[in-house]
Amino acid sequence: MKNLLSGNEAIARGAYEAGVTVATAYPGTPSTEIVETVAKYPEIYSEWAPNEKVALEVGIGASIAGARVLVAMKHVGVNVAADPLFTFSYTGVNGGLVLISAGDPGMHSSQNEQDNRYYAKFAKVPMLEPSSSQEAKDMVKAAYLLSETFDTPVMVRTTTRIAHSQTPVDTEKRQECQLKEYVKNPKKYVMIPAYGRMRHKVVEERRMALEKESDASPWNRIEWGDKKIGIITSGINYQYVKEAAGSASILKLGMINPLPKKVITEFVSQVDEVYVVEELEPFIEEQVKSWGLSVIGKDVFPRTGEFSPELIAEKLLGQTGAEEAAAAAEQPIPVRPPVLCPGCPHRGMYYVINKLKLKVTGDIGCYTLGALPPLEAMDSCICMGASIGTALGMEKARGKEFGQKLVAIIGDSTFMHSGITGLLDVVYNKGTTTTIILDNRTTAMTGHQDNPGTGYTVNKEETVEVDLLNLVKALGIKRVIEVDPYDLDKVEEILKEETVADEPSVIIAKRPCALLDKSVQPPMAIDQDKCTGCKRCMKLGCPAIVLDGEEITINYTQCNGCELCIQVCRFDAIGKAGDK
Amino acid sequence: MIKPVDILIVGVGGQGTVLASKILAQVGLEIGVDVKVSEIHGMAQRGGSVVTQVRFGQKVHSPIIKKGGADIILAFEKLEALRWLDYLSGDGQIIVNDQQIDPMPVIMGAVQYPQGILDTINNSAANTLVIDALTLAKEAGNIKTANVVLLAILARQLDVPKEVWLKALENIVPAKFFEVNRKAFELGYK
Repeated sequence: MKNLLSGNEAIARGAYEAGVTVATAYPGTPSTEIVETVAKYPEIYSEWAPNEKVALEVGIGASIAGARVLVAMKHVGVNVAADPLFTFSYTGVNGGLVLISAGDPGMHSSQNEQDNRYYAKFAKVPMLEPSSSQEAKDMVKAAYLLSETFDTPVMVRTTTRIAHSQTPVDTEKRQECQLKEYVKNPKKYVMIPAYGRMRHKVVEERRMALEKESDASPWNRIEWGDKKIGIITSGINYQYVKEAAGSASILKLGMINPLPKKVITEFVSQVDEVYVVEELEPFIEEQVKSWGLSVIGKDVFPRTGEFSPELIAEKLLGQTGAEEAAAAAEQPIPVRPPVLCPGCPHRGMYYVINKLKLKVTGDIGCYTLGALPPLEAMDSCICMGASIGTALGMEKARGKEFGQKLVAIIGDSTFMHSGITGLLDVVYNKGTTTTIILDNRTTAMTGHQDNPGTGYTVNKEETVEVDLLNLVKALGIKRVIEVDPYDLDKVEEILKEETVADEPSVIIAKRPCALLDKSVQPPMAIDQDKCTGCKRCMKLGCPAIVLDGEEITINYTQCNGCELCIQVCRFDAIGKAGDK
Repeated sequence: MIKPVDILIVGVGGQGTVLASKILAQVGLEIGVDVKVSEIHGMAQRGGSVVTQVRFGQKVHSPIIKKGGADIILAFEKLEALRWLDYLSGDGQIIVNDQQIDPMPVIMGAVQYPQGILDTINNSAANTLVIDALTLAKEAGNIKTANVVLLAILARQLDVPKEVWLKALENIVPAKFFEVNRKAFELGYK
């Protein structure tokens, strides 16, 4: 029987079958489950690196040392890893290295929807793109051969709908792979200018050889159909095209960098009208047009968001593709944005920040949800680790007084990822910024992965736990305070003190994520006789506290018993459900 | 082999839709159909509107279902049932858990939770089934098994032996929670 695997699980399986012995990643939706799955194979050393740059560097070391290596990250993670990637393209590999880049068109869980296909072209490395989990597994295996044959890292690109769709996969046995011999070779691996210049020539020769390879690649195939319409597509859009316009002629691209020029030219010459169906940027379209071929792409298809079979049917055939539906609701349907969970330790911090009317430079993690109503406690959020540098910049631009009404907020995992250097700048350049590290003992948003601060590895083995307090002190911060974010009075007292201090300070708000604490606390209830309806408790933005007509009530299926609302109520109207 | 069927499982992040879809997909695999499942992880899961799309068929291409294409919608929450109603096919069936979870705009008083959702759905859909899954889950011994109660209601609609469902349940639920989940399944399946 086949196994039903997500794209991510299939990639992990492919790496396993290909004899990979080292795998490294930093968690990021939609890539996280790759190394989570790989970590279950005892044959493979797996790790969560502190960030994507380190992940790739560990991978490069393992490759030079002769192992087959898997490195995985989300699309914006490749920005972080871009520095080693571009030069690694010059050195090439010893053991094969495959870098997974998981994109997120539609931004289900990302801050931008950049198109990472350009990275492959920019770094001059081959890129494969699967259309199903079976292909994801098979392509990863093929990518190791490509990597070792052409002496190059290989990128495999997925998007959310591939990474998180589960489709049937045939699994095979693992091929054990001997470590390649390690030979010191500075002209290949030491990229000083003299050697780099030599390697650049090698890269250009490789690029031309890869163009030939792409034309011969079985991953680029034509499915002839009606020759009035030809469609060039790849990835998940191949499936949408099959569904929406299955009778058309289709050129399905699996090797998308370099593009198979001969195959595409031949295809275009055989059909009346050619469409390029690609999400996001006109990556394929612009290259094909640059060869003097006539194709239709972004004139018709959007450059933003995800596609769907309906969208493709509408743009190609002028029909909606939607079937006769049950009547849609006529009344307006309230949106349901994500929220901080009931009992979330971040909630109390935002409550106090709002009370003190502080400005907040934010960061990437669950706590970014503090930006949404009703908390709306965030002024900026750019990328992993940006909160601290951004806060310093604001202070430098507008002066110390402004800085005293400003805090940077960053999670524990994000601080380890790239917050440390920002804090170093605060100290070095005499900022007075207050940084709040929300230490919930995990990487929560991506599904609770460990990090250097948790004391556990990806395999849940015990390891050294970073001493956050002393790390911050060692950077030169003299004012470091730990606080329990459930203790609202204490949080308020500390925040008042630290924001006005004439030197930089760090507040470590330490409490595990509410989803990690499996102990069951009794839910809260509101004594309606005592409740005055002041709605102070509702300023917490807790999804369990709701307005039921005129009454404020607590939804017992949602409440996790954190008792923050008890602290906030001035009328002693809230207590444990049994007591009130 | 059952006929091709497209199923949407909709609800609120945290209600256990992902587990239910996992079991459903496993069942599809057991009975030898082509299966595709699409879901979204990450930020949307935190109390947001969530949807999992499950497609069974001889050959399934797209993992996502078209508007008007769903044969069955399994809705864990009333407002989410309403939100996805236009995905239901003209002769489709919708199973609605009679539970209300207020989204933040409603909690804040910016908008009202729509009144009479069940009537609206009943009037639009060819076939509506309303279930109080929380009560049955409580009866099973843990309100968190409401997802399995709802899955069992869905199971009743599909032409697949009960044993196949129970086997998939046992494969996917952690051993120490199997008994309470089995009980929840039985209560829903009755």
